[in-house]
Amino acid sequence: MIQISNLHKSYKMGSNSLHVLKGINFKIDEGELVAIMGSSGSGKSTLLNILGMLDIADEGNYLLDNVLIKDLTETTAANYRNRFLGFVFQSFNLINYKNALENVALPLYYQGLRRKIRQQKALEYLKKVGLLNWAKHLPSELSGGQKQRVAIARAMASEPKVLLADEPTGALDSNTSREVMSLIQKINDEGKTILVVTHEIDIAKMCKRIITLKDGVIVEDKKTDQILL
Amino acid sequence: MNNLKIIFDYDTWQEIFSSIAKNKTRTVVTVIGVLWGIFIYITLSGSAKGLDNGFDREFQDMAMNSMFVWPQSTSIPYAGFKIGRSPRLTIQNVKTLKQQVPEIEYIAPRNARGVRSGPPASVVYGDILRTYNIYGDYPEYTEISTKKIYKGGRFINNSDITNQRKVCVIGERTKKELFEEDDNAVGKFIRIDNVYFKVVGVHKYNPGGGFETDGDIFIPFETFRNLYNTGDKVNWFVIAAYDNADVIAVEKKVKKALKRIHNVSPDDERAFGSFNLGELFNRIKGFADGMTFLSLVVGMATIIAGVIGIGNILLISVKERTKELGVRRALGATPGEVRIQIVLESIFLTLIAGVLGIILGAVTLATINFFTQDLADFPYTNPTVPTPLVLGALLIMTVMGTLIGLIPAQRAVSIKPIDALREE
Repeated sequence: MIQISNLHKSYKMGSNSLHVLKGINFKIDEGELVAIMGSSGSGKSTLLNILGMLDIADEGNYLLDNVLIKDLTETTAANYRNRFLGFVFQSFNLINYKNALENVALPLYYQGLRRKIRQQKALEYLKKVGLLNWAKHLPSELSGGQKQRVAIARAMASEPKVLLADEPTGALDSNTSREVMSLIQKINDEGKTILVVTHEIDIAKMCKRIITLKDGVIVEDKKTDQILL
Repeated sequence: MNNLKIIFDYDTWQEIFSSIAKNKTRTVVTVIGVLWGIFIYITLSGSAKGLDNGFDREFQDMAMNSMFVWPQSTSIPYAGFKIGRSPRLTIQNVKTLKQQVPEIEYIAPRNARGVRSGPPASVVYGDILRTYNIYGDYPEYTEISTKKIYKGGRFINNSDITNQRKVCVIGERTKKELFEEDDNAVGKFIRIDNVYFKVVGVHKYNPGGGFETDGDIFIPFETFRNLYNTGDKVNWFVIAAYDNADVIAVEKKVKKALKRIHNVSPDDERAFGSFNLGELFNRIKGFADGMTFLSLVVGMATIIAGVIGIGNILLISVKERTKELGVRRALGATPGEVRIQIVLESIFLTLIAGVLGIILGAVTLATINFFTQDLADFPYTNPTVPTPLVLGALLIMTVMGTLIGLIPAQRAVSIKPIDALREE
């Protein structure tokens, strides 16, 4: 599903250049649930941004479902993000003046689907995350865990090939974290490829494979015994 | 999505409405700027038009190509005459002038008491005595300055002149002061400087006709001549040129001819005084045009200031919504879609403000009109703004709204989604 080879990325900061990713190689198959581990500054977020087409690598190849992701215009990148990827953020990033249903329907709007179909699909995914009764509520009326579930429903609604979660439990307490991870496991069980960026080993252990980054290189890449929730 | 489809898409507007409705205070404040601009524009140009119409109304009873000429005193010795002589206009001059200045359509000699020479006449009816200005007139006068006569009456006619009848046309104020409210003045006899005159008409006063007032009494020229023993003397001429003639040129020709007739130096500028309505009218029209132009400039400038205000607010709004826009782009909004959304927000705000401003302006104009419609001497009638000007203003606002919206739109797009998402 995802194939990365020799990925390099450096940031220019004034006269200094910060080499963040120093040659990353891995391959993720369909249906995997991969945790990308690392302390802050290890380059894990940069890697996720490149995978999410929000950032561009300086060097190396990125194949997503056998499509070479290279030299994209903003518009093409937007279309690819819309069709191939679902994002889950640490701070949920729901649009605060839209209710849960509208938030979930938003990527479908950018897919150009008709209103009725959008509503129908959004309801379907809200039901999947167990928030059907909260469809008309604004994000401010939801708890942290509920917000993240809405965000997951939104990421899933566009039926992406890969779900990218950036510290999905970073803003949640441990009980709610387990709830959210349980949902992620459930979605994975249905066959979705999921990448979770985290710095917590407990969260990483709930995945099937852990890739550990340190100072811009992969130091460990192993299958793990998944802790099922 | 193709761009044209976006504009007509229900969901696009849904997005725009919700993002505008999100911050009501911001929207209201923004809208007020443009609303004020278009309101000023509509009110000013409507008032300018009202003023224009008002002047038209003031002058509607007077031929615009008419002029007055009267004798003053010579300032250059000529043909053996000393300086300071006052030429004497005579009734014979009418014929000569008509021959020498073919552009003259009508020429009405006038004599008066109380205006240019002599004291006003004392007029008696019953036991009421009052003084009024008296004019000696030919019927031609009404060809130049329309006299509205109340029902049942008439103006002086040619047979009054030939028969030297003692008839008079009195003013509406004269009627009010001498007669009882429900008395019919026509047919009654009043005493003007001890001579009985039959009232044949009551004229309605219309402003703009020179020195006339609502109390003036008109009598036949020939009767006036006998009553006051004026002989051939004429106080002044009222002249109307043909429609296609330039009254300013006619004015010069008439004075030149009069100088020749009365042995006045051709260079003597002071011997005859004159005044033409065409010039006055043009000046007033020019003033009204100037007002229209001024209101256009001021209005447009205010609208532009308002639209710039919208652009400004949208820039702030884009900054506030950086994260939201980042999320949208992560979810698949293309730069084009983000751009068009912000531009449409700008246009939408501008037009809403514009329409509200137009309505408010129209209401204000209607109110002003309501309170001024009965004021006869206030030159302000039917203030309207021509439709092309309104549509033009809306068009300019749309164009301005688009252009100004492009600035925040470009700003929104220039922020990379990754940076936008990182922003807290």
